[in-house]
Amino acid sequence: MKSDVLITARHLCLGRQHKQVLDDVSLQVHSGQIITLIGPNGCGKSTLLKVLLGLEQTDSGTVTKKAGLRIGYMPQSLTLEPRLPLTVDGFLKLARGARQPQIDMWLERLEITAIRKQDIQALSGGEWQRVLLARALLIQPDILMLDEPVQGVDVQGQMALYRLIPQLRDELGCAVLMVSHDLHLVMAATDEVICMNGHICCSGHPDTVTLDPAYQRLFGQPLAHYTHHHDHQHCLDGHIEPAQHTE
Amino acid sequence: MNWLSDIWWLPALLSGVLLAAITGPLGSFVVWRRMAFFGDTLAHGALLGITLGIIADLEPVLALMFSSVTLAILLYPLQRTSALSADTLLGIVSHSMLAIGLVTLSLTDSVRVDLMGYLFGDLLAVDYTDVLWVTAIGVVCGGLMLANWRGLVATTVSQELASIDGYPVKRLNLMLVIMLALTVALAMKIVGILLVSALLIIPPAAARALARTPEQMALMASGLGILAVVAGIAASFQWDTPTGPSVVVAATSMFVLSLVVKRR
Repeated sequence: MKSDVLITARHLCLGRQHKQVLDDVSLQVHSGQIITLIGPNGCGKSTLLKVLLGLEQTDSGTVTKKAGLRIGYMPQSLTLEPRLPLTVDGFLKLARGARQPQIDMWLERLEITAIRKQDIQALSGGEWQRVLLARALLIQPDILMLDEPVQGVDVQGQMALYRLIPQLRDELGCAVLMVSHDLHLVMAATDEVICMNGHICCSGHPDTVTLDPAYQRLFGQPLAHYTHHHDHQHCLDGHIEPAQHTE
Repeated sequence: MNWLSDIWWLPALLSGVLLAAITGPLGSFVVWRRMAFFGDTLAHGALLGITLGIIADLEPVLALMFSSVTLAILLYPLQRTSALSADTLLGIVSHSMLAIGLVTLSLTDSVRVDLMGYLFGDLLAVDYTDVLWVTAIGVVCGGLMLANWRGLVATTVSQELASIDGYPVKRLNLMLVIMLALTVALAMKIVGILLVSALLIIPPAAARALARTPEQMALMASGLGILAVVAGIAASFQWDTPTGPSVVVAATSMFVLSLVVKRR
């Protein structure tokens, strides 16, 4: 897979009401790459995505996109108006340039053909996320931008969605830029992690990022996904015993 | 032309039916986008428009449409700001416009104005010029909505997604607001200032219970609106009740009926 640069962001700054939402953020997305943005709530992850999409303006910095770049965007949430009757099919047809064969194909691929005639209000969290994902995929995107793609999905569904993302990347040859805070679920499915808190704290391969002191300051010590050699053990009364030591 | 004066109610019926045909889809957007208060404000502002028109000696319909569109464009940015402040501000503008309109109207005693007619609609005041106006505006609005239907619905569902898709979101929003202003200006003469938003909102609300797609809802709203106008004018003719309120009562009965149908 040849690796072009799809998006380059340089020195993005955005201040809002005494808070620096984006502080000198630079990043580059190559085709075929899966990048995950992580960070605490309000750290500017979603804002960064919106800036890259052109939905929000920055105070300074530049965003350069490859000419004719097609972006498929899956929003964090979408407030639906209950007075607007809309079926899944009808919702997908609203995507500009959407054609019926494409819609059929993605419904099939994401295993939601059965709900196509249902009203979008009546969907479960997992079904709705898949419909939003289908809408993002309809335009054959060069890059998928997913803002917390597993919100409102049960654990089983979360794992299924995270398994799906690398598969979709391989099928479409597109890049993926996603926002998440499910650290351990995301780690396996991502090539590069960017850890944000206004500025970019650290970035790199998931294994190296979790060991970075900047990451550990934000999220604490890694838990389940981090394995290390035990050189001591904790006794029931609370004192620490060296592991090798036998009484 | 004797037979024409015999059916003096025909212009009212024609313009009412045409108006209901446009307010079906347009009112659906008002309901979906929660612009009811916005429509109300435009209607209240219309009274001031009429008064200013009288003072400036302009054609009333033109004065109305001009002031309504101006007000719509001035208030349009409010929709973007936070919901609460926009609500309060619209409330202030809405009621002060109505009050200023009434005060100004009472000061211009050179012309006798039928205030009740403006507030509640006046069947007798509608003539064939009004029918022409409603037809013209109806064709323009209907054509614009038809040509931009997918974009308008997409923008209504999500401005964000629509703008990423490349729909001209700002232009569509402005277009909708101007169409609303023109329709409110025309609706005034038939159902009156105080009941304009009822005609915009009640038929779509009744249609919601029966529709499965946006298109169905818009068309059913037109149908129910036309039915309400015909029933209201007939009642007004038969029992000498005020036209606007009669139309609204008819529409409300349909809304209640739709709730029963939905329950079933």
